[in-house]
Amino acid sequence: MSAPNLSVPILEVDDLVKHFPVQTGIVLKRTVGHVRAVDGVSFALHKGETLGVVGESGCGKSTLAQVLMRLEPPTSGRVRFHGEDVFAKRGRELQALRRSIQIVLQDPYTSLNPRMTVGDIVGEPFDIHPDVAPKGERRKKVQDLLDVVGLNPEHINRYPHQFSGGQRQRIGIARALALKPEVIICDEPVSALDVSIQAQVMNLLDELQREFGLSYLFIAHDLSVVRHLSDRVAVMYLGKIVEIGTEEEIYGRPSHPYTQALLSAVPVPDPAVRAARARIRLTGDVPSPVNPPSGCRFRTRCWKATEICEVEEPELVTRGAGHHPSACHHAEEQTLLPST
Amino acid sequence: MATPLLEVEGLRVEFRTRDGVAHVLNGVDYHVDAGETLAVLGESGSGKSVTANTVMGILESPPGVVTGGSVRYRGEELLTAAPARRRELRGEHIAMIFQDALSALNPVFTVGFQIGEQLRTRRGMSRRDAEKRAVELLDLVGIPGAKQRVRDHPHQFSGGMRQRVMIAMSLALDPDVLIADEPTTALDVTVQAQIMDLLADIQAERHMGLILITHDLGVVAEVADRIAVMYAGRIVEHADVHSLYANPCHPYTRALLESIPRVDTKGTSLSAISGLPPSLTRIPPGCPFHPRCPMAAERCTEELPPLAVLPSGRSSACLFAEELVAG
Amino acid sequence: MSDPSVLGTAVAEPDPPPAGGADAQERARSLASDAWHDLRRRPLFLISVALIAILLVLAAFPQLFTSADPNAGDLARSRQAPSGQAWFGYDLLGRDVYARTIYGTRVSIVVGVLATTFTVLLGGTLGMLAGYHGGWVDTLVSRLTDVVFGLPFVLGAIVILSSFREAIGEGAVGITALVVLTMAALSWPVSMRITRSAAITARNQDYVRAARALGAGPARVIWRHMLPNCLAPVLVYATIALGAFIGVEATLSFLGIGLRDPVVSWGVMISEARDYIRVAPHLLLFPAAFLAVTVLAFVMLGDAVRDAFDPKGR
Repeated sequence: MSAPNLSVPILEVDDLVKHFPVQTGIVLKRTVGHVRAVDGVSFALHKGETLGVVGESGCGKSTLAQVLMRLEPPTSGRVRFHGEDVFAKRGRELQALRRSIQIVLQDPYTSLNPRMTVGDIVGEPFDIHPDVAPKGERRKKVQDLLDVVGLNPEHINRYPHQFSGGQRQRIGIARALALKPEVIICDEPVSALDVSIQAQVMNLLDELQREFGLSYLFIAHDLSVVRHLSDRVAVMYLGKIVEIGTEEEIYGRPSHPYTQALLSAVPVPDPAVRAARARIRLTGDVPSPVNPPSGCRFRTRCWKATEICEVEEPELVTRGAGHHPSACHHAEEQTLLPST
Repeated sequence: MATPLLEVEGLRVEFRTRDGVAHVLNGVDYHVDAGETLAVLGESGSGKSVTANTVMGILESPPGVVTGGSVRYRGEELLTAAPARRRELRGEHIAMIFQDALSALNPVFTVGFQIGEQLRTRRGMSRRDAEKRAVELLDLVGIPGAKQRVRDHPHQFSGGMRQRVMIAMSLALDPDVLIADEPTTALDVTVQAQIMDLLADIQAERHMGLILITHDLGVVAEVADRIAVMYAGRIVEHADVHSLYANPCHPYTRALLESIPRVDTKGTSLSAISGLPPSLTRIPPGCPFHPRCPMAAERCTEELPPLAVLPSGRSSACLFAEELVAG
Repeated sequence: MSDPSVLGTAVAEPDPPPAGGADAQERARSLASDAWHDLRRRPLFLISVALIAILLVLAAFPQLFTSADPNAGDLARSRQAPSGQAWFGYDLLGRDVYARTIYGTRVSIVVGVLATTFTVLLGGTLGMLAGYHGGWVDTLVSRLTDVVFGLPFVLGAIVILSSFREAIGEGAVGITALVVLTMAALSWPVSMRITRSAAITARNQDYVRAARALGAGPARVIWRHMLPNCLAPVLVYATIALGAFIGVEATLSFLGIGLRDPVVSWGVMISEARDYIRVAPHLLLFPAAFLAVTVLAFVMLGDAVRDAFDPKGR
């Protein structure tokens, strides 16, 4: 993997918040609460880097992608792309931004319009941004893109249902690549695919990154997939980042209890270690994001929780003997995974 | 060898559709004994769920048609058994849990009512006794406050809790065999760990035979005793869990294990399996894996390798299995 | 993992042979051109188009097919059965049923087709807007729909037709137009609801999200992504509604607020024949048969079009 340039942040997210109102009533809507889907998230993405975002369902990772893509307006907070405020952009500036940040969606079956040909799907970015490619060149460009993602350029007139899941995901990647973006947000791009196909798509994403110098925000729930592709990893729980660090730091020396529990819950495909592994089993389920616990949100499932966790919300900072930011009052680095 | 608890032999199933005949199962053999966990591992379309549905007698028909083979429970043939007898075996002796617990539970009845339903209809229990037993079962599967929650409806439970309710329901009649079809695929990883632990505990405690159907190589390594790997409607490899992971004896299993990301693959390209699984309407002649196989030779395109037992007691459906065993 | 989906993925061809040689040499195709290509080879489509063409010719030039005057009655011939002289027999007032059926085609087709078109356009547009925008637009349109839906059709039609009757005068064109608009104004809620639910489903699909992420505006999202995926249920409704509208026109005529003599329509003929089914079944049989064939032709056309615009069916 080409070494990412960590000194140049390309995308800076600062205290981003997205709350969805919970409403009742049909004609007269009354707001009875808020789903705190993303609740104060900050991070930076650098050029050529892959930042993995892991977390369980309901942790807000997909909402984060929606807000960054400006598909949903943020409640508050700032996102800067090359130093410019993303949410202030309108009209032409917004269109220009759309070219630079693209998204690959999870489900290869619903992310492609079943009634459009592959040529139309991959060529749509050029229809929306006509100045990128003159009309005469579009077909050639689409075929080049199909070639880049490993599909037969002759299949331009086929429909999505004529392709398998992995091939469809390649079509989605070709569409995202069409406008030559700098950042691609990958929202669970391989979780709907079979193991053998998953590897093909991951390899493709890796190659494309090297070839085009892309930065990825790689959102997934599969920790081993994230580990394989990411330079840095952020762990989310109930709308907040609880720990962030390099891949070695998060997987080798996690310090937040949630990260530790998550890692210890991942089944390891090696029966030899099953007896030897440290096991942390969380009890219960993730609390509702409408009414998250006070103080530290993880305290209701945490075995380390003390009084302070109930009262004071831990900040995401490096503390004590730690090496990377962790949002836990009792952060303590621990080695969990066998280092084979 | 004693009669296995549940045995599937040479099972063949076709799906007859307008677009042609799909050969979904092409001779599946496996068996499970009391107190052991057999993992059936395969990707989508490999036929692992169809096998389970056929064993349970809940295969959608049409389009599914069983064209051969046998399924025996304690030596008793199920495929030709009278429907009444099959119904009796279902739930009472062989139970099944599904991936999507939300759609497997009826939203308009309380979970207590649904768990107790079989007890009332089959054991003739009174409403009150059935509910009491339902509370015990919910307690057994680790649902906190079972006494209060027994009157709740399925939507009031979280995903993990729902799967626990499903498990409680399947245990109501004390089955000897439990078939779990992707029981944790829809769940988060921390909840998955809880459910797998629960299944393992219950299985050990009740000395059940557990058939775990999954695509997750990690889950299999954690809980299985033996593994049957499926590809294009056949078992291609069968071995105990340790030897399978240490030394896979079928190129497909080998490739599958190599394609998952591990610590040491970081920064390298994963060795993906090229191509796609075959279309079940047109399975290639010879070994169905040969178009994707790195070891494929001339013979593989002509000869269908049988699932042959190797000296070490494991079996593999590859012409070069013995070379693979040798390493 | 459900089994049909397993079958679906597995049956999906990894690499089907390209249809009709190498695609690369062909020009780029779109859904519409593929659909047209496909339609031309569907017998169902060809038969329905042929039938509709015949009906249109009948409607445009009735005098080519009969020399009899549809309004010339001779009470002496009242309710005479079909014969060599009058193929379809004579009605109560001794008018030639064949001539009346032929002349009735025009009004029936015009009323049926136009009322359906306006109903679907009005309901479809509102449904699409409500489905796309959601929020207060949806609330407003949906409540309006509920109100209109709640109006009894006959009562509403009586009010509208009798209020505007005077302003329109006695011209056949004016009255026909008024009847068509009245029907559309009172019938659009069903098509609005169908379109709205289809639009909401389409709106939440990932491909719409992907298009918006690319910077696609509302017009593009609606036109390219939502509309093609909402078409099928509306088409089904439209073909059924067409037959119903031809019948509704008869109801209005029967009540004396719709079309009147000398305008002839199948609906008028059917409603006149109702009381004589047992003594003179031919009075009902012939206009009803024409109506059935017309509805069938449009249903077949709708089916063919729906299938052609679904790439999975090919």
